[in-house]
Amino acid sequence: MSKADRLREIMDEEGDAVHANTQSFNRGRYDSVADLEDYEALKEEARTIKEDAIERLPELIDRLEETVEGNGGTLYLADDVADANRYIREVVGEESAKTVVKSKSMTSEELDVNDALATDGHEVVETDLGEWVLQVADEAPSHIVAPAIHKSREAIAELLNEHFDSDEPLETAEELTTFARETLGERISEADVGMTGANFIAADTGTMALVTSEGNARKSIAATDTHVAIAGVEKVIPSIEDLQPFVELIGRSGTGQDITSYISLLTPPVKTPTINFNDDETPLSALDDDDREFHLVLIDNGRMAMRNDDDLRETLYCIRCSACSNVCANFQQVGGHAFGGETYSGGIATGWEAGVEGTDVAGEFNDLCTGCSRCVDACPVKIDIPWINTVVRDRVNRGKAGKIDFLVDGLTPDDEAGNPPLQKRLFGNFETVAKLGSALAPLSNWLADTTVSKRMMDRFLGIDARRDLPEFKRETLTEWCTDRDSTIQNPRRQAVLYPDLYTNHVQIERGKAAIRVLETLGVDVVVPTAPSSGRAPLSQGMVETARDHAERVADSLDPFIEEGRDIVVIEPSDLAMFEREYEQLLDLATQERLADESYEIMEYVFGLLENGADAAALCEGAGEHVAYHSHCQQRTLGLEGHTVAVLEHCGFDVWTSDVECCGMAGSFGYKSDYYDVSMAAGDELRRQFHEKDTQNRTVVASGTSCLEQLDSLLERHPTHPIELLVD
Amino acid sequence: MPTDTRSLEQSLASLNVESRRVAPCKVADAVAAFAADPAVAVHLDRDNASLPDSVTVDPTPVELKDATTGVTPAAFAVADYGSVVLPTTAAGSELVSLHVDRHVAVLDAADVVSDMESAFERFGRDISNRYGSAVLATGPSATADMGALVKGAHGPSEVRVVIVED
Repeated sequence: MSKADRLREIMDEEGDAVHANTQSFNRGRYDSVADLEDYEALKEEARTIKEDAIERLPELIDRLEETVEGNGGTLYLADDVADANRYIREVVGEESAKTVVKSKSMTSEELDVNDALATDGHEVVETDLGEWVLQVADEAPSHIVAPAIHKSREAIAELLNEHFDSDEPLETAEELTTFARETLGERISEADVGMTGANFIAADTGTMALVTSEGNARKSIAATDTHVAIAGVEKVIPSIEDLQPFVELIGRSGTGQDITSYISLLTPPVKTPTINFNDDETPLSALDDDDREFHLVLIDNGRMAMRNDDDLRETLYCIRCSACSNVCANFQQVGGHAFGGETYSGGIATGWEAGVEGTDVAGEFNDLCTGCSRCVDACPVKIDIPWINTVVRDRVNRGKAGKIDFLVDGLTPDDEAGNPPLQKRLFGNFETVAKLGSALAPLSNWLADTTVSKRMMDRFLGIDARRDLPEFKRETLTEWCTDRDSTIQNPRRQAVLYPDLYTNHVQIERGKAAIRVLETLGVDVVVPTAPSSGRAPLSQGMVETARDHAERVADSLDPFIEEGRDIVVIEPSDLAMFEREYEQLLDLATQERLADESYEIMEYVFGLLENGADAAALCEGAGEHVAYHSHCQQRTLGLEGHTVAVLEHCGFDVWTSDVECCGMAGSFGYKSDYYDVSMAAGDELRRQFHEKDTQNRTVVASGTSCLEQLDSLLERHPTHPIELLVD
Repeated sequence: MPTDTRSLEQSLASLNVESRRVAPCKVADAVAAFAADPAVAVHLDRDNASLPDSVTVDPTPVELKDATTGVTPAAFAVADYGSVVLPTTAAGSELVSLHVDRHVAVLDAADVVSDMESAFERFGRDISNRYGSAVLATGPSATADMGALVKGAHGPSEVRVVIVED
């Protein structure tokens, strides 16, 4: 089955449930974090604790071993899956446990511990309701927090009615829950061993925190006399006080709850007496807890190597909240069965799977990350998830040994040592394509638009034939500007308009509009020739090529910064390069200098108006109704509001979409493999622009990809907001 | 910390948790009003307050299994979140608060901290030398795994709090 077919099948079967549930979690997150007095400071605190803990990990594990053993438990540090399972089988074997009850733990999924124990004849029963449903269905989790998110209530009812041959068919969520509680309650009381994960473990006291809502973990621990807790080594934090920011952030970031029902703080073995529910003589206080045992199994399985890997290290800060899944436009469409590896799913899964399973496993789903960066603000420990995805994509490319493709090598002067696939090299070297496209326009556009060309591109380059390619303009923006002298006397500011690839070759009109608006507001504008930002190669995982672009961009803009010019950028994904990704590509001083002097065009106009420039000289909105879609990376930079403010200031009535990403995301939506996912994500945008209040509004969008996507989704032709400000 | 400082009662109300603030001599009445029979409890360990006669203190496992209501003391509460801290004790407090449909927590009014930061300072001081293990419980047990939000998954579906004011 082709990748496109597989994705389509998953979307058909699971897409609706995944979509509804993830969006509901995501909305809940926005509402819940808005209640926090200082959300940003809390995230910073959480991040700092994790950075420190991973830095000091060996020392913290030693300390934890002392405290756990001082409390009367055992700590076993397992090298890998086989080592962990061998130890757990020994412990469970010694108990001659028939039944093991288990609460939800992704780390236990990493071990496939249920299968390992089954080989010895032990039955492991999942007691988390979602995990139990999946155990009955023999399916894998599709989400790290809500494992059965892909199943509707109707599907769960059908499954349980059939499996348990119910006399009275179960129907409502209440009936299903009651049935599950009763069935699992019996299994819990007869069990000998309770198995749990651990969300955090404090080294100073040996206390582990379990973040839950159902109460099954509490029951599984209380009802059994042997407790086996399984956790990755990265879960260790220095002290119990360090739990505070995580307790406040984890529920909000994941499912949008201020806090989950139960945060168990366990310093095992627990003092709860062990009981037999048939005992009708002995009062609880007369029972004892003498036979309680506790085994903490800490698992390395690649994590210590990740700790030494500058690009993957941040993955270890992950608290498995699922914010990066829920906020992701593509995950919302396909869920974790497509956007995931052996165990983990969502944006951060690339880091986990690369570290735990290997680059190849991560490479199988990693292209579903478009680098839109909406997860960056959502992550409670501020992990640069898009960067991890980029680096892993680069490693996948480098690992591809194949014949050097003479055609693309000739066309593409990139710096890639390995052999990125043909399609990636084409999109990664889009600057060369655009230059050729403009030079040969309109012939190039006419050729690209023919059925034969489209079929060829689909077959050899994986570019979907249903997409219209960008239409290259014969005269680029920089060429248009060559013979143009600025006529501004006593300019208010002096600026460079950065000729991003799309504005220069495709969206020339927004470039001209930007120049006119800036000049109207008293700004002296120059448009030099400058290299493209490197966004295109970076998005294909061609990091060295992107670095070469970054260096050349910095070199070409530096003299202008030197003479006191501001750098104004129209394409938000390029501004995001300067502000975010260049941190990884340039030395810090160069990056900071460029980032500090760079502004998004509407942010810049906003600043001019705030500082006394006269809006009356611009086109008057006169109450015109506008529907605006900001750009994913622009929103991550916190720059959506400036466009809205400027348009409102100029008299427009502005409505704003709230979809996380348009689904086009650079080259993503052009690829045959992902066309359907891209269109499904875009469908949300289409719906929002067809509401009663929006269907007749003028459509504006900031990003090139968003404009292309909206153009294919709507009858109305979208433009960049700057174009509304010129007559 | 949430933006608005809320009282414990406000936070509990937003979780649909009923609460009552009473003098020690009225604890038995408040518990009786909140408890649905059959009810079981662990000792409150308070000299000045008692439990109603209808409540079986220190039950057998069978009595616990048959109970609808479980009454336990809470070590402290967090006003911002409406959370109560239930220490794990040798008297079986964890079992009594969990294996019932309705949990009634009895809390000293002096043991209310405003926010999570204060709560974890307190855990830092107390967790090892006082109770070892505890549950920070906020509202009833819940699940959304069966296709809709349901209160009362494996644990209680209802929670009540008696706040004792000396």
